[in-house]
Amino acid sequence: MKASEYARLWRRFCRNKGAVFGLGVFLAIVCMALFADVLAPYNPFEQNYARIMEGPSTEHWLGTDSFGRDMLSRIIYGARIALVVGILAVMLAMAIGVTLGLISGYYGGLLDTLIMRIMDGLFAFPILILAIALMAVMGFGVRNVIIAVAIVSIAPFARVTRGDVLAVREEPYIEAARLAGISNAAIIARHVLPNVLAPIIVQGALRVSAAIITEAGLSFLGLGPQPPTPVWGSMIAEGRNFIVMAPHISTFPGIALMITVVGLNLLGDGLRDTLDPKLKR
Amino acid sequence: MTAFVLRRIGQTIVVLAIASIIVFALMRMIPGDPIQIIMGGEYSPEAEAQLRRQLGLDRSIIEQYFIWIANVLRGEFGYSYLNHTPVSVLLWDAFLPTLFLVIGTTIVGLLIALPSGIIAAIKKDTVWDYGSMGFAILGYSMPSFWKGIILIWIFGVYLGWFPTMGYVHPWDNPSESLWRLTLPSLTLGTFFSGLVARITRSSLLEVLDQDFIKAARARGVRQAPLVYKHALQNALIPVVTVIGLQFGTLLGGAVLTETVFTIPGMGRLTVAAILNREYQVVQGAVLLGVVFVVVVNLIVDLTYAFLNPKIRVH
Repeated sequence: MKASEYARLWRRFCRNKGAVFGLGVFLAIVCMALFADVLAPYNPFEQNYARIMEGPSTEHWLGTDSFGRDMLSRIIYGARIALVVGILAVMLAMAIGVTLGLISGYYGGLLDTLIMRIMDGLFAFPILILAIALMAVMGFGVRNVIIAVAIVSIAPFARVTRGDVLAVREEPYIEAARLAGISNAAIIARHVLPNVLAPIIVQGALRVSAAIITEAGLSFLGLGPQPPTPVWGSMIAEGRNFIVMAPHISTFPGIALMITVVGLNLLGDGLRDTLDPKLKR
Repeated sequence: MTAFVLRRIGQTIVVLAIASIIVFALMRMIPGDPIQIIMGGEYSPEAEAQLRRQLGLDRSIIEQYFIWIANVLRGEFGYSYLNHTPVSVLLWDAFLPTLFLVIGTTIVGLLIALPSGIIAAIKKDTVWDYGSMGFAILGYSMPSFWKGIILIWIFGVYLGWFPTMGYVHPWDNPSESLWRLTLPSLTLGTFFSGLVARITRSSLLEVLDQDFIKAARARGVRQAPLVYKHALQNALIPVVTVIGLQFGTLLGGAVLTETVFTIPGMGRLTVAAILNREYQVVQGAVLLGVVFVVVVNLIVDLTYAFLNPKIRVH
């Protein structure tokens, strides 16, 4: 793609106010995660039993939790887990799903039927329920959450990729490459993949927020990263027990989670409208 | 039409078979010997061999799968040693609260989504449009478990209007049941409405742009009958599909909502079974969840075919 083409896409993206807002939120969360050590006013693990469940104050801007830990610091560190799980899980799902979709769509035949039926089987599972079952198999912890969330997100990537490969496969330039004696692997890598990339990127952007919500759901149920790791989902779960005395413990991590998800959804919608205008709603 | 229905039912059976293999394989991959989990610390080799035989664990893995499937088809999901109850009884008891939560959610969701989607489409690019779509994005971006806690705090604890937890069957006490289901249905319904409202808006906008609507407008048909009699009928077809596609997400949301409102449904049963390592219960619950989703999708697809003459004819 030429530089002028990038500039045109960027201008189109910038016209969408929601998308720009989403990008801003995303960059802010990334900065929060990257510079957590500098930004967090306290150590997120440090307990202070003299000051448990205090509301917001000048010392603790977002109050303290039931162990007297600073809520703001825990929310800032929580952004790390949310982003790491969201982005790594989607990248893993994308790598596997796109490969399966490319093979399925390009080669067709029995292989296509086999792969796509397995994807149909995976697609039939409610995402969170499959993730819960996978956590039972693999055990709890950040790495396993990433794998579980990735597995439940493979099928949509495979489907989207296969659908577009089926259309691209019939294009004259693919036929020409085949006649020129270029190997199938090279055709897929050099000619098919670049032409089906836009909807995959869009799907990826939209999936990150779903991955973050799934991780938060697992953590809320106690199946995610274990305490005392600062995770938004388990912070919300902890606050649930003190909703009368200290509603801020659930409220603030929830707001952080909601802002992140709204931002990512708006960014995903914006990318879809920019890269794949035919899908514009 | 008959061919379409038969083909779609055939596909459903294939999907269910593959999903059942995935569930079975997953449960066999769980670390730890099920015999040890059931029998605890000390047991004789004879007792172990007998239970292994009883559970069919001495057979090959393929035989085990077919025995399990044959049992499932007869409605036998195994035995919960912790609850001293057949798993099928546990599943049925947990299925009903989840079913009522899902029905409540669908009603609340549609009551919010359809009017707001229609208003957003008719008044495109106005405050009404931005307001309803902003509400929709918030609806599906707020995690249901957090929204539930906030609703409990406001309407249950602060205002004291609704009970904050528990479940009552509709046939035991209809008004109490409705009362207790209101907050959970609102929690999940606002999430669901967010998705449906967006599709209603975009699909109605697309139909309103079509020639037959422009022609009707040119003939002097007024806005209200134009939208309600001509456009909406066509616009609702993709909405029905989305409801089916999102059903799995809804069921996942129900798991979390049940936990927040302590509703003894499928979600709570599954999570408790995982924590107690009761894998026959997990296996049954996950499979039932899949069947629920696949059957709803089948019904939606058949309804779609019935509504859409193009599919009906071919």
